[in-house]
Amino acid sequence: MLSRTAENLYWLARYVERAESVARLVDVALRMSAMPFDPGTGRSEWKSAIIASGCEKSFYAKYADPTAETVIRHLVRDLDNPSSILSCLATARRNSRAVRTALTVDMWEAINGTWLAMRGFGEDAFTVGHIPRFLDWVKERSTLFSGAALATMLQTDAFWFTRLGTYIERADNTARILDVKYNVLLPRHEPVGGTLDHYQWAAILSSVSSRRAYQWLYHDRIKPWLVAELLILRPEMPRSLITCVREINYYLDVIGGVYRARRTCHELAARVLRQLNHTNVEQIFQVGLHEFLTEFIDGNTELGTCISQQYFQAAQVSVQTLDEGRRAAQA
Amino acid sequence: MEGRLKGAVVAMVVPAFDEMGSREAPRPCYAAVGDWIGRTPASLFELKRQEAEFCFRRTGITFAVYTEGGDPERLIPFDIIPRILDGQEWEFLSRGLKQRVRALNAFIGDVYGKQEFIHAGKVPADLILKNPCFVQPMAGLEVAAGIYTHVAGIDVVRVNPTEFYVLEDNCRTPSGVSYMIENREIMSRLFPDLFARCRVRPVSHYPEELLDTLRSVAPRRCAGEPTVVLLSPGSYNSAYYEHTFLADEMGIEIVEGADLVVDDDVVYMRTTQGLQRVDVIYRRIDDAFLDPQVFRSDSMLGVAGLMSAYRAGNVTLANAVGAGIADDKAVYTYVPEMVRFFLGEEPILRNVPTWKCAEPGDLAYVLDHLAELVVKDVHGSGGYGMLVGPHATIAERAAFAEVLRSKPDRYIAQPTLSLSTCPTFVQQGIAPRHVDLRPFVLCGRDIHIVPGGLTRVALREGSLVVNSSQGGGTKDTWVIDL
Repeated sequence: MLSRTAENLYWLARYVERAESVARLVDVALRMSAMPFDPGTGRSEWKSAIIASGCEKSFYAKYADPTAETVIRHLVRDLDNPSSILSCLATARRNSRAVRTALTVDMWEAINGTWLAMRGFGEDAFTVGHIPRFLDWVKERSTLFSGAALATMLQTDAFWFTRLGTYIERADNTARILDVKYNVLLPRHEPVGGTLDHYQWAAILSSVSSRRAYQWLYHDRIKPWLVAELLILRPEMPRSLITCVREINYYLDVIGGVYRARRTCHELAARVLRQLNHTNVEQIFQVGLHEFLTEFIDGNTELGTCISQQYFQAAQVSVQTLDEGRRAAQA
Repeated sequence: MEGRLKGAVVAMVVPAFDEMGSREAPRPCYAAVGDWIGRTPASLFELKRQEAEFCFRRTGITFAVYTEGGDPERLIPFDIIPRILDGQEWEFLSRGLKQRVRALNAFIGDVYGKQEFIHAGKVPADLILKNPCFVQPMAGLEVAAGIYTHVAGIDVVRVNPTEFYVLEDNCRTPSGVSYMIENREIMSRLFPDLFARCRVRPVSHYPEELLDTLRSVAPRRCAGEPTVVLLSPGSYNSAYYEHTFLADEMGIEIVEGADLVVDDDVVYMRTTQGLQRVDVIYRRIDDAFLDPQVFRSDSMLGVAGLMSAYRAGNVTLANAVGAGIADDKAVYTYVPEMVRFFLGEEPILRNVPTWKCAEPGDLAYVLDHLAELVVKDVHGSGGYGMLVGPHATIAERAAFAEVLRSKPDRYIAQPTLSLSTCPTFVQQGIAPRHVDLRPFVLCGRDIHIVPGGLTRVALREGSLVVNSSQGGGTKDTWVIDL
């Protein structure tokens, strides 16, 4: 398939997934902000959401204080922020338009319908009081898109690159959501492992729709290391890092098999999976959860870049090779 | 220009011929539809109209209007009353269209080949050789199967039950065919019962015919199944929806200039597996933007080296470069003579009588009769830069006369024909509105025309401007067997 088409599909899937993830991130902060806080240290969940989203720089360029209003504005509807929900949905729609023929009718209608409806939301929809409904809507539209892709796309490279985009982005976002907790301060008299700590971890579980899953798998009170294990290492968890990395490996292997070529990105992906397979949650906490997550996010970014170079810019390289070949022949 | 539907402007002087006829005694091909119109309340039409609009919006069938602000993705208004031709009328038209396109192709081949038409004195040499549409690099180049215009959109108007006129030939990159197909798709969803009662000839196989046509003109040395692609200027082009629609229906890649690369006179596309050879390019980019090495060097849409690959016979471009020489409005007047000269036949379809302002006698006549004529810019399109005499004010006509005197070469004039009307659903209810027709003629090793075309309708009362850029709408076009 055309490199440009593959790249567009890959990014289309990433942007839809990112819109959903940002919605989940805002959702965690909303849930945490409903809990008691220490008047001395003040609230920190909105600041934490901004840090976890990776949008710190663009945020502080425009606003001084991370409050519910400013963070929601920046992460949900600010078109200057390329990772805001509205930006992601608009970019996804632009990408879709550019590769209309590679999308099925159902996928196009999911994206185009989202974009049309998005333009119809009034000022009201984005206030703190109404935002949960909007966030739910975003998750619903993202699910519709993924469902349409799964149910209607031909199982060929177009589909595989779409899925790669989804999982690269999802891995990034699960890591970021888990990292929110790192920056949220506990009030002075709250013990680690106390009631508030418990509710903050519960908020993280809820935001990735996995409170039930936690109970189902652990039958235990919410404990930080188990939440981390669930979201990092449990293969049963559809959003866990290990599941995402397994899927990435699976689709890369399919592509490699059909194209009959393994490339550096295959080795890179296999290495990330090996590392996850050979670690446990104790080791992660020894290194430090935050440090582990930061390293994972960097590795995941590198993998994304590598995929992009080897499949989307590969034909550029072969033109160069042709040129070099001719120059060599002339010399 | 691609995407801007070119069009007819002709004015009404006598009561127009209505294709349905009277409500009481409709013409036979309109019997079922006339009955349906009579029984359907306006409120239901309005409901169906909204439903149709919703379908268009959801599918994303939009087009951009240049020179205007506002929503960059506008819908062309769709009228839900079909325009109908009977089978016999269609056979006649179809024969005429095929004949005309064969002559046009022979003419273009001659212009870039032996130039016998010019040598025989059938057309002034300067009109061809000094025409901005004449592409010198095409001279002496042999194209596959000798075909230059593979997809021709011939604009036809009707003035009475038996007479059709060709208003304009579009030999470069005519657009609008996606509307022909989508209009039918939506109509059949909105009114299945009506289709069950009328024997409407289908049109949805157009993309298959188009693909066959494109494959049939693959370069001679192409072995095996040719790789066909559609070259589009990209998603900001006004006709982009149509490009994706056709590529999708044909199951071929839609590429942009940057996706193609030429190496050693062979065209390749960049894929996830490296470079893949391309044999036939259905291009929806104007000549000037095709190859920055040969034409406009500032073109970001084209492919460097494409012309050289074309000249080497390694790729077919459809339509051929330079085909525009046949659809220039001044060259138009010579088409009947082309039919006689190249085919030895009498033309089946008539031209609208045309005065060439470049000729002093004609110019004098035009200046004297400005109030009854339509004057068009030879290189204009989309209904821009023209004067509709009967609808213009005295001051407008005086101003136009000045322009005519200073640049007579640029203009032609035609009488104001009485364009036929069709029943159309407008705010006031069902009322007659003027229409034209653009059938699409596919010319490869054989010629095919899907029965129907794009009917454009001037929605304003009395208006003769059917152009989509000027408030015109479209209708589904039915060819029915009685």
